[in-house]
Amino acid sequence: MERRSRSFYILSAFFALFVLFLYGPIVTIGILSFQGPQGGLTFPMDGVSLYWFRDLFQEQAVGDIWGSFRRSFTLGLIVMVTTVVVSVLGGLAFRKRFGGATVLFYLAIASLVIPSILISLGVGLIYNQLGLPVHWASSGFGSQLTWTLPFGLLIMFAVFNRFDKSFEEAARDQGASAWQTFAYVVLPIIAPSLLGVALFGFTLSYDEFARTLLTAGSYNTLPLEIFGMTTNVTSPVIFALGTLTTLFSFFIIGFFFLALWLISRRKDTSSDAGKGMV
Amino acid sequence: MALILLAFLVGPIIMIVIVSFWGATEYSIYPAFQFDNYEFLFGSSVTYTVFFNTFKYAAITWALTLTIGFTVAYFLAFEVRTLKWQIALFLICTIPFWTSNIIRMISWIPFLGRNGLANTTLISWGVIDEPLEWLLFSDFSVILAFVHLYTLFMVVPIFNSMMRIDRSLIEAARDGGASGWQTLRHVIIPLCKPGIMIGTIFVTTLVMGDFITVRFMSGSQRANVGRLISNDISLLQYPSASATAVILLATVLIVIGLLLRLVDIRKEL
Repeated sequence: MERRSRSFYILSAFFALFVLFLYGPIVTIGILSFQGPQGGLTFPMDGVSLYWFRDLFQEQAVGDIWGSFRRSFTLGLIVMVTTVVVSVLGGLAFRKRFGGATVLFYLAIASLVIPSILISLGVGLIYNQLGLPVHWASSGFGSQLTWTLPFGLLIMFAVFNRFDKSFEEAARDQGASAWQTFAYVVLPIIAPSLLGVALFGFTLSYDEFARTLLTAGSYNTLPLEIFGMTTNVTSPVIFALGTLTTLFSFFIIGFFFLALWLISRRKDTSSDAGKGMV
Repeated sequence: MALILLAFLVGPIIMIVIVSFWGATEYSIYPAFQFDNYEFLFGSSVTYTVFFNTFKYAAITWALTLTIGFTVAYFLAFEVRTLKWQIALFLICTIPFWTSNIIRMISWIPFLGRNGLANTTLISWGVIDEPLEWLLFSDFSVILAFVHLYTLFMVVPIFNSMMRIDRSLIEAARDGGASGWQTLRHVIIPLCKPGIMIGTIFVTTLVMGDFITVRFMSGSQRANVGRLISNDISLLQYPSASATAVILLATVLIVIGLLLRLVDIRKEL
């Protein structure tokens, strides 16, 4: 084994700093959310208590946190399912050339890079002019898809670019129908990556803010609710909420990785389809 | 797929373009075809300042995220030796991406505030006597938040490119007598170009289209184009918001168009 060079240690230190930079602030509010009842928004801590968490579960002067959490969660699930289904279909379609494939591809890229407030504004305007009420499950849902779908599609591209076609050919040679080939050969191989797509679909939707801003209507999703709180709540209750949603996000991520691990363990011939593009 | 994108991407953009020519009264908007919104936009010096600000944020954030992102990706790809560790450390970097942006912004406040951690630490070390005022609600905090939120978009594509570099090329460079620095400069960086480009596209467009980070981290004291739009929206001035949006869209598309000439995204996945 070659000796570690000096650059390794320098870069390790840099990396450690980067991780600290990423996680430091979150840890800070995690600590601050245990602030005592008299405590303020910054250090020093004024005692340690669960006061603000209790406060969170009680009736709030402004907003409807739990209602918005339920809405965010539901919307996240719907967006997740739609994203997975549509991006798999899209990914399959793009393996063959078809009319408008290039246009559609650039459209997807455009959808990813266009400033999100434009989507929000445009969708809001259309609903406004058509006289339709904006609602998180219709207009909000659509606007979020413009963000999650391209991600899903790009992941599917990455997967199918690395996909070995001979598996399918083998299945076909054995007399499997097109559907059987898909269900018993293609799907199990890409399953881990589908979990990745699902994770993206859910978390991106759950945290989405700008696209939902003008399209959610009178019932807020959680990020909108939190944003509303930042302008008129000045107690650590907001840190408590932040800690809880972050923990919830971690929980979801953990859940997906557990599922991924279980899947890859079940298969002896584990494919590397899901690796390298998490 | 095509239908959804048509309904919620192309549709809204067309709508914005149409509405940008409409007129507005105090309470309502009416269909028209006039260039008032654009005339007003181009006639006002605020517009130029704000667009300049937007480019400034984008440029500084780009430079910082590129430097940090490249270094982190390099560490992960070349200095970490086993795949297991690479995946584990890579995940550590990616996880924050899946948590809420707003929470991640809020969490800087106890850090940077007047009595925040940064100030109290610096004072107790004796580096400064007075709390620094420019830490929070300034250009500094805005850019800090951008870098915090978006460095990942640099790390991932660059890491992806680096992992595809054939290790024998690097050995060849070393055998040929290249120093570590020369290898980096003449072998690794050129081969990472696609990753750098993709990261650049993400970061610049995200920063240029952002309004919430700027509003939040500057305490409404700084402006970029996104904020101009969102201010108009809150005043129900949809036509002028749309006109600004059209200009922003055009700017972003030009930037991307330039970048895309340099790389073919689809091949790089």
